[in-house]
Amino acid sequence: MKTKLGIVAGSVITLIAIFYWASGSFKNKESVRIGSLADANKELFAPKYSPRLGHDEAPVQLVEFLDPECETCRVFYPYVKQILDRYGDKIQLVVRYAPFHRNSMNAVKILEATREQNKYWMSLEHLFANQPIWADHHNPKPEKIWDLLLQIDVDIEKVKNTMNNQDIAARIQQDINAVDELGVRKTPSFFVNGRPLLEFGLDQLLALIDDELKKSNSGR
Amino acid sequence: MNWYLIFAAWLIASTATLGSLFFSEVMLFMPCVLCWYQRIAMYPLVLILLLGLFPLDPKVVKYSLGLSISGLVISVYHSLLHLKIIPESAMPCVQGVPCSTVYINWLGFITIPILSMVAFALITALLFIVRKNSNEN
Repeated sequence: MKTKLGIVAGSVITLIAIFYWASGSFKNKESVRIGSLADANKELFAPKYSPRLGHDEAPVQLVEFLDPECETCRVFYPYVKQILDRYGDKIQLVVRYAPFHRNSMNAVKILEATREQNKYWMSLEHLFANQPIWADHHNPKPEKIWDLLLQIDVDIEKVKNTMNNQDIAARIQQDINAVDELGVRKTPSFFVNGRPLLEFGLDQLLALIDDELKKSNSGR
Repeated sequence: MNWYLIFAAWLIASTATLGSLFFSEVMLFMPCVLCWYQRIAMYPLVLILLLGLFPLDPKVVKYSLGLSISGLVISVYHSLLHLKIIPESAMPCVQGVPCSTVYINWLGFITIPILSMVAFALITALLFIVRKNSNEN
Protein backbone atom coordinates (compact mmCIF):
# COMPACT_ATOMS: atom_id res chain seq x y z
CA MET A 1 0.00 0.00 0.00
CA LYS A 2 2.76 2.41 0.96
CA THR A 3 4.81 1.68 -2.15
CA LYS A 4 1.72 2.12 -4.26
CA LEU A 5 0.99 5.49 -2.70
CA GLY A 6 4.60 6.37 -3.40
CA ILE A 7 4.28 5.35 -7.04
CA VAL A 8 1.19 7.52 -7.53
CA ALA A 9 2.64 10.49 -5.63
CA GLY A 10 5.86 10.19 -7.60
CA SER A 11 3.93 10.11 -10.86
CA VAL A 12 1.91 13.17 -9.90
CA ILE A 13 5.04 15.12 -9.04
CA THR A 14 6.83 13.99 -12.19
CA LEU A 15 3.90 14.85 -14.46
CA ILE A 16 3.47 18.28 -12.94
CA ALA A 17 7.20 18.95 -13.06
CA ILE A 18 7.27 18.00 -16.75
CA PHE A 19 4.30 20.27 -17.37
CA TYR A 20 6.00 23.26 -15.76
CA TRP A 21 9.29 22.58 -17.41
CA ALA A 22 7.64 22.28 -20.82
CA SER A 23 5.64 25.49 -20.25
CA GLY A 24 8.77 27.39 -19.31
CA SER A 25 10.79 26.13 -22.23
CA PHE A 26 7.94 26.72 -24.68
CA LYS A 27 7.50 30.32 -23.52
CA ASN A 28 11.22 30.96 -23.72
CA LYS A 29 11.41 29.53 -27.19
CA GLU A 30 8.48 31.68 -28.32
CA SER A 31 10.07 34.74 -26.78
CA VAL A 32 13.37 34.05 -28.55
CA ARG A 33 11.60 33.36 -31.84
CA ILE A 34 9.62 36.60 -31.66
CA GLY A 35 12.72 38.48 -30.52
CA SER A 36 14.61 37.37 -33.60
CA LEU A 37 11.64 38.37 -35.76
CA ALA A 38 11.79 41.80 -34.11
CA ASP A 39 15.47 42.21 -34.97
CA ALA A 40 14.98 41.08 -38.53
CA ASN A 41 11.81 42.89 -39.35
CA LYS A 42 10.58 45.97 -37.49
CA GLU A 43 7.81 46.41 -40.05
CA LEU A 44 6.24 43.15 -38.93
CA PHE A 45 5.44 44.69 -35.54
CA ALA A 46 4.77 48.27 -36.56
CA PRO A 47 4.07 48.78 -40.25
CA LYS A 48 4.06 52.34 -41.48
CA TYR A 49 0.33 52.36 -42.07
CA SER A 50 -0.64 51.53 -38.48
CA PRO A 51 -2.21 54.23 -36.32
CA ARG A 52 0.23 55.50 -33.72
CA LEU A 53 0.39 57.93 -30.84
CA GLY A 54 3.61 59.50 -29.63
CA HIS A 55 7.04 60.28 -31.05
CA ASP A 56 8.55 58.17 -33.78
CA GLU A 57 11.91 58.41 -32.00
CA ALA A 58 10.56 57.27 -28.65
CA PRO A 59 12.87 54.66 -27.07
CA VAL A 60 9.93 52.39 -26.30
CA GLN A 61 7.46 51.22 -28.88
CA LEU A 62 4.34 49.63 -27.45
CA VAL A 63 2.45 47.59 -30.02
CA GLU A 64 -1.07 46.61 -29.04
CA PHE A 65 -3.08 44.05 -30.95
CA LEU A 66 -6.68 44.85 -30.16
CA ASP A 67 -10.18 44.07 -31.21
CA PRO A 68 -12.78 46.84 -30.88
CA GLU A 69 -15.32 44.23 -29.83
CA CYS A 70 -13.17 42.66 -27.09
CA GLU A 71 -14.25 43.47 -23.55
CA THR A 72 -10.81 43.19 -22.02
CA CYS A 73 -9.45 45.61 -24.62
CA ARG A 74 -12.16 48.04 -23.58
CA VAL A 75 -11.40 47.64 -19.89
CA PHE A 76 -7.66 47.88 -20.44
CA TYR A 77 -7.69 50.85 -22.80
CA PRO A 78 -7.76 53.53 -20.05
CA TYR A 79 -4.63 51.96 -18.57
CA VAL A 80 -2.93 52.17 -21.94
CA LYS A 81 -3.79 55.87 -22.00
CA GLN A 82 -2.38 56.25 -18.49
CA ILE A 83 0.82 54.55 -19.59
CA LEU A 84 1.10 56.98 -22.51
CA ASP A 85 0.62 59.95 -20.15
CA ARG A 86 3.07 58.57 -17.65
CA TYR A 87 5.94 57.92 -20.05
CA GLY A 88 5.23 60.92 -22.30
CA ASP A 89 7.69 61.27 -25.15
CA LYS A 90 9.50 58.09 -24.17
CA ILE A 91 6.78 55.89 -25.58
CA GLN A 92 4.91 55.37 -28.80
CA LEU A 93 1.72 53.36 -29.11
CA VAL A 94 1.04 51.43 -32.30
CA VAL A 95 -2.39 49.91 -32.78
CA ARG A 96 -2.78 46.68 -34.73
CA TYR A 97 -5.95 44.70 -35.23
CA ALA A 98 -6.78 41.14 -34.25
CA PRO A 99 -10.43 40.96 -35.31
CA PHE A 100 -11.41 37.79 -33.46
CA HIS A 101 -15.11 38.54 -32.88
CA ARG A 102 -18.12 38.31 -35.10
CA ASN A 103 -18.58 41.97 -35.96
CA SER A 104 -15.07 43.22 -35.34
CA MET A 105 -14.13 43.24 -39.02
CA ASN A 106 -16.89 45.72 -39.72
CA ALA A 107 -15.87 47.90 -36.77
CA VAL A 108 -12.21 47.82 -37.77
CA LYS A 109 -13.05 48.93 -41.31
CA ILE A 110 -15.11 51.80 -39.96
CA LEU A 111 -12.35 52.83 -37.58
CA GLU A 112 -9.78 52.81 -40.36
CA ALA A 113 -12.10 54.94 -42.48
CA THR A 114 -12.35 57.58 -39.74
CA ARG A 115 -8.63 58.24 -40.04
CA GLU A 116 -8.92 60.52 -43.05
CA GLN A 117 -11.17 62.76 -40.95
CA ASN A 118 -8.64 62.77 -38.11
CA LYS A 119 -11.25 61.22 -35.87
CA TYR A 120 -9.57 57.89 -35.36
CA TRP A 121 -8.56 58.06 -31.69
CA MET A 122 -11.79 59.75 -30.75
CA SER A 123 -13.79 57.07 -32.55
CA LEU A 124 -11.79 54.23 -31.02
CA GLU A 125 -12.33 55.63 -27.55
CA HIS A 126 -16.00 56.27 -28.16
CA LEU A 127 -16.59 52.77 -29.52
CA PHE A 128 -14.78 51.26 -26.56
CA ALA A 129 -16.68 53.39 -24.08
CA ASN A 130 -20.01 52.42 -25.64
CA GLN A 131 -19.09 48.88 -26.52
CA PRO A 132 -22.06 47.31 -24.66
CA ILE A 133 -24.42 49.26 -26.93
CA TRP A 134 -23.15 47.90 -30.22
CA ALA A 135 -21.17 44.77 -29.39
CA ASP A 136 -23.22 42.74 -26.95
CA HIS A 137 -22.26 39.18 -27.85
CA HIS A 138 -25.78 37.89 -27.41
CA ASN A 139 -27.50 40.75 -29.09
CA PRO A 140 -25.06 42.66 -31.30
CA LYS A 141 -26.30 45.84 -32.92
CA PRO A 142 -23.50 46.87 -35.26
CA GLU A 143 -25.77 49.47 -36.88
CA LYS A 144 -25.59 51.44 -33.62
CA ILE A 145 -22.01 52.32 -34.48
CA TRP A 146 -23.34 54.98 -36.85
CA ASP A 147 -25.36 56.68 -34.10
CA LEU A 148 -22.33 56.67 -31.86
CA LEU A 149 -20.06 58.15 -34.50
CA LEU A 150 -22.62 60.86 -35.21
CA GLN A 151 -22.29 61.93 -31.58
CA ILE A 152 -18.67 62.83 -32.16
CA ASP A 153 -19.32 64.54 -35.50
CA VAL A 154 -17.87 61.92 -37.81
CA ASP A 155 -18.98 62.32 -41.42
CA ILE A 156 -20.82 59.03 -41.81
CA GLU A 157 -21.26 59.23 -45.57
CA LYS A 158 -17.54 59.63 -46.07
CA VAL A 159 -16.83 56.64 -43.84
CA LYS A 160 -19.35 54.52 -45.72
CA ASN A 161 -17.71 55.48 -48.99
CA THR A 162 -14.19 54.59 -47.97
CA MET A 163 -14.52 51.74 -45.48
CA ASN A 164 -14.60 49.08 -48.19
CA ASN A 165 -11.58 50.44 -50.06
CA GLN A 166 -8.89 48.06 -51.20
CA ASP A 167 -6.30 49.98 -49.17
CA ILE A 168 -8.11 49.38 -45.92
CA ALA A 169 -8.75 45.72 -46.72
CA ALA A 170 -5.07 45.22 -47.52
CA ARG A 171 -3.96 46.85 -44.26
CA ILE A 172 -6.30 44.72 -42.20
CA GLN A 173 -5.16 41.61 -44.04
CA GLN A 174 -1.56 42.45 -43.23
CA ASP A 175 -2.48 42.78 -39.57
CA ILE A 176 -4.20 39.40 -39.67
CA ASN A 177 -1.08 37.89 -41.24
CA ALA A 178 0.99 39.37 -38.42
CA VAL A 179 -1.42 37.87 -35.90
CA ASP A 180 -0.57 34.44 -37.29
CA GLU A 181 3.13 35.02 -37.57
CA LEU A 182 3.52 36.49 -34.10
CA GLY A 183 1.30 33.87 -32.50
CA VAL A 184 -1.24 36.38 -31.20
CA ARG A 185 -4.15 34.35 -29.85
CA LYS A 186 -5.65 36.68 -27.29
CA THR A 187 -6.64 40.30 -27.24
CA PRO A 188 -5.24 42.58 -26.08
CA SER A 189 -1.72 41.35 -26.86
CA PHE A 190 1.24 43.62 -26.28
CA PHE A 191 4.75 43.77 -27.67
CA VAL A 192 7.27 46.18 -26.18
CA ASN A 193 10.12 46.82 -28.61
CA GLY A 194 9.31 43.46 -30.12
CA ARG A 195 9.26 41.62 -26.80
CA PRO A 196 5.95 39.89 -26.12
CA LEU A 197 4.11 40.45 -22.85
CA LEU A 198 4.04 36.82 -21.75
CA GLU A 199 1.76 37.18 -18.77
CA PHE A 200 -1.12 39.59 -19.21
CA GLY A 201 -1.49 42.28 -16.56
CA LEU A 202 -0.84 45.97 -15.93
CA ASP A 203 2.06 45.40 -13.55
CA GLN A 204 3.68 42.97 -15.92
CA LEU A 205 3.29 45.41 -18.80
CA LEU A 206 4.79 48.27 -16.76
CA ALA A 207 7.69 46.04 -15.75
CA LEU A 208 8.38 45.17 -19.38
CA ILE A 209 8.28 48.84 -20.42
CA ASP A 210 10.58 49.85 -17.56
CA ASP A 211 12.96 47.10 -18.53
CA GLU A 212 13.12 48.30 -22.12
CA LEU A 213 13.56 51.91 -20.96
CA LYS A 214 16.45 50.89 -18.76
CA LYS A 215 18.05 49.09 -21.68
CA SER A 216 17.76 52.12 -23.92
CA ASN A 217 19.17 54.40 -21.20
CA SER A 218 22.18 52.22 -20.59
CA GLY A 219 22.67 51.84 -24.33
CA ARG A 220 23.31 55.53 -24.73
CA MET B 1 -1.94 -7.01 -11.39
CA ASN B 2 -5.25 -5.18 -11.65
CA TRP B 3 -3.83 -2.34 -9.57
CA TYR B 4 -1.07 -1.74 -12.08
CA LEU B 5 -3.47 -1.89 -15.01
CA ILE B 6 -5.73 0.73 -13.44
CA PHE B 7 -2.68 2.74 -12.48
CA ALA B 8 -1.52 2.67 -16.11
CA ALA B 9 -4.94 3.86 -17.24
CA TRP B 10 -4.78 6.65 -14.67
CA LEU B 11 -1.31 7.63 -15.85
CA ILE B 12 -2.55 7.87 -19.44
CA ALA B 13 -5.58 9.94 -18.39
CA SER B 14 -3.37 12.29 -16.36
CA THR B 15 -0.90 12.71 -19.19
CA ALA B 16 -3.72 13.41 -21.63
CA THR B 17 -5.26 15.92 -19.24
CA LEU B 18 -2.04 17.82 -18.71
CA GLY B 19 -1.25 17.57 -22.41
CA SER B 20 -4.58 19.10 -23.38
CA LEU B 21 -4.06 21.85 -20.83
CA PHE B 22 -0.63 22.47 -22.33
CA PHE B 23 -2.15 22.92 -25.77
CA SER B 24 -4.84 25.31 -24.57
CA GLU B 25 -3.17 27.21 -21.71
CA VAL B 26 0.46 27.33 -22.80
CA MET B 27 0.36 27.13 -26.56
CA LEU B 28 -2.97 28.99 -26.50
CA PHE B 29 -4.77 26.76 -28.98
CA MET B 30 -8.49 27.36 -28.59
CA PRO B 31 -10.29 24.06 -27.99
CA CYS B 32 -13.13 23.46 -30.42
CA VAL B 33 -16.49 22.00 -29.40
CA LEU B 34 -15.49 18.39 -30.05
CA CYS B 35 -12.30 18.91 -28.04
CA TRP B 36 -14.43 20.05 -25.12
CA TYR B 37 -16.58 16.94 -25.31
CA GLN B 38 -13.46 14.80 -25.22
CA ARG B 39 -12.15 16.78 -22.27
CA ILE B 40 -15.41 16.20 -20.45
CA ALA B 41 -14.83 12.46 -20.84
CA MET B 42 -11.11 12.55 -20.04
CA TYR B 43 -10.72 14.86 -17.03
CA PRO B 44 -13.02 12.96 -14.61
CA LEU B 45 -11.10 9.75 -15.34
CA VAL B 46 -8.09 11.20 -13.52
CA LEU B 47 -10.09 11.42 -10.29
CA ILE B 48 -12.28 8.35 -10.69
CA LEU B 49 -9.38 6.02 -11.54
CA LEU B 50 -7.32 7.46 -8.69
CA LEU B 51 -10.14 6.77 -6.24
CA GLY B 52 -10.31 3.20 -7.55
CA LEU B 53 -6.65 2.70 -6.69
CA PHE B 54 -6.84 3.38 -2.94
CA PRO B 55 -7.98 0.89 -1.88
CA LEU B 56 -8.06 -1.15 -5.06
CA ASP B 57 -11.63 -1.40 -6.29
CA PRO B 58 -12.16 -3.23 -9.61
CA LYS B 59 -15.67 -1.77 -9.71
CA VAL B 60 -14.02 1.43 -10.87
CA VAL B 61 -14.02 -0.17 -14.32
CA LYS B 62 -17.79 0.01 -14.40
CA TYR B 63 -17.75 3.73 -13.63
CA SER B 64 -14.91 4.62 -15.99
CA LEU B 65 -15.76 2.61 -19.08
CA GLY B 66 -18.77 4.77 -19.90
CA LEU B 67 -16.56 7.83 -20.00
CA SER B 68 -13.68 6.27 -21.89
CA ILE B 69 -15.92 4.73 -24.56
CA SER B 70 -17.83 8.01 -25.09
CA GLY B 71 -14.50 9.80 -25.41
CA LEU B 72 -13.26 7.19 -27.84
CA VAL B 73 -16.32 7.59 -30.06
CA ILE B 74 -15.99 11.38 -30.15
CA SER B 75 -12.27 11.26 -30.84
CA VAL B 76 -12.77 8.78 -33.70
CA TYR B 77 -15.39 11.09 -35.18
CA HIS B 78 -13.07 14.09 -34.74
CA SER B 79 -10.15 12.25 -36.35
CA LEU B 80 -12.30 11.23 -39.32
CA LEU B 81 -13.22 14.88 -39.68
CA HIS B 82 -9.54 15.85 -39.75
CA LEU B 83 -8.77 13.14 -42.25
CA LYS B 84 -11.64 14.52 -44.36
CA ILE B 85 -13.40 11.16 -44.38
CA ILE B 86 -16.43 12.89 -42.89
CA PRO B 87 -17.25 16.05 -44.86
CA GLU B 88 -17.00 19.42 -43.17
CA SER B 89 -20.67 20.17 -43.69
CA ALA B 90 -21.48 17.40 -41.23
CA MET B 91 -19.67 19.31 -38.49
CA PRO B 92 -21.56 20.23 -35.35
CA CYS B 93 -19.53 23.41 -34.75
CA VAL B 94 -21.29 26.65 -35.42
CA GLN B 95 -19.10 29.46 -34.17
CA GLY B 96 -15.68 30.02 -32.77
CA VAL B 97 -13.04 27.49 -33.70
CA PRO B 98 -14.07 25.07 -36.42
CA CYS B 99 -13.36 21.48 -35.43
CA SER B 100 -11.64 20.91 -38.75
CA THR B 101 -8.82 23.25 -37.69
CA VAL B 102 -5.64 21.18 -37.47
CA TYR B 103 -3.32 22.73 -34.89
CA ILE B 104 -0.51 20.24 -34.80
CA ASN B 105 0.52 17.60 -37.27
CA TRP B 106 3.53 15.61 -36.12
CA LEU B 107 5.07 13.20 -38.60
CA GLY B 108 2.24 13.90 -40.99
CA PHE B 109 -0.47 12.03 -39.13
CA ILE B 110 -0.36 12.73 -35.39
CA THR B 111 -2.98 15.39 -34.69
CA ILE B 112 -4.58 16.29 -31.37
CA PRO B 113 -7.69 14.12 -31.93
CA ILE B 114 -5.43 11.20 -32.90
CA LEU B 115 -3.56 11.60 -29.60
CA SER B 116 -6.88 11.72 -27.81
CA MET B 117 -8.11 8.65 -29.67
CA VAL B 118 -4.99 6.67 -28.74
CA ALA B 119 -5.36 7.68 -25.08
CA PHE B 120 -9.04 6.73 -24.92
CA ALA B 121 -8.39 3.45 -26.77
CA LEU B 122 -5.57 2.46 -24.39
CA ILE B 123 -7.61 3.35 -21.31
CA THR B 124 -10.61 1.41 -22.64
CA ALA B 125 -8.45 -1.62 -23.46
CA LEU B 126 -6.81 -1.61 -20.01
CA LEU B 127 -10.18 -1.35 -18.33
CA PHE B 128 -11.51 -4.28 -20.34
CA ILE B 129 -8.53 -6.38 -19.27
CA VAL B 130 -9.20 -5.49 -15.64
CA ARG B 131 -12.82 -6.46 -16.10
CA LYS B 132 -11.87 -9.80 -17.63
CA ASN B 133 -9.41 -10.48 -14.81
CA SER B 134 -11.93 -9.73 -12.10
CA ASN B 135 -14.60 -11.87 -13.77
CA GLU B 136 -12.22 -14.81 -13.82
CA ASN B 137 -11.44 -14.52 -10.12
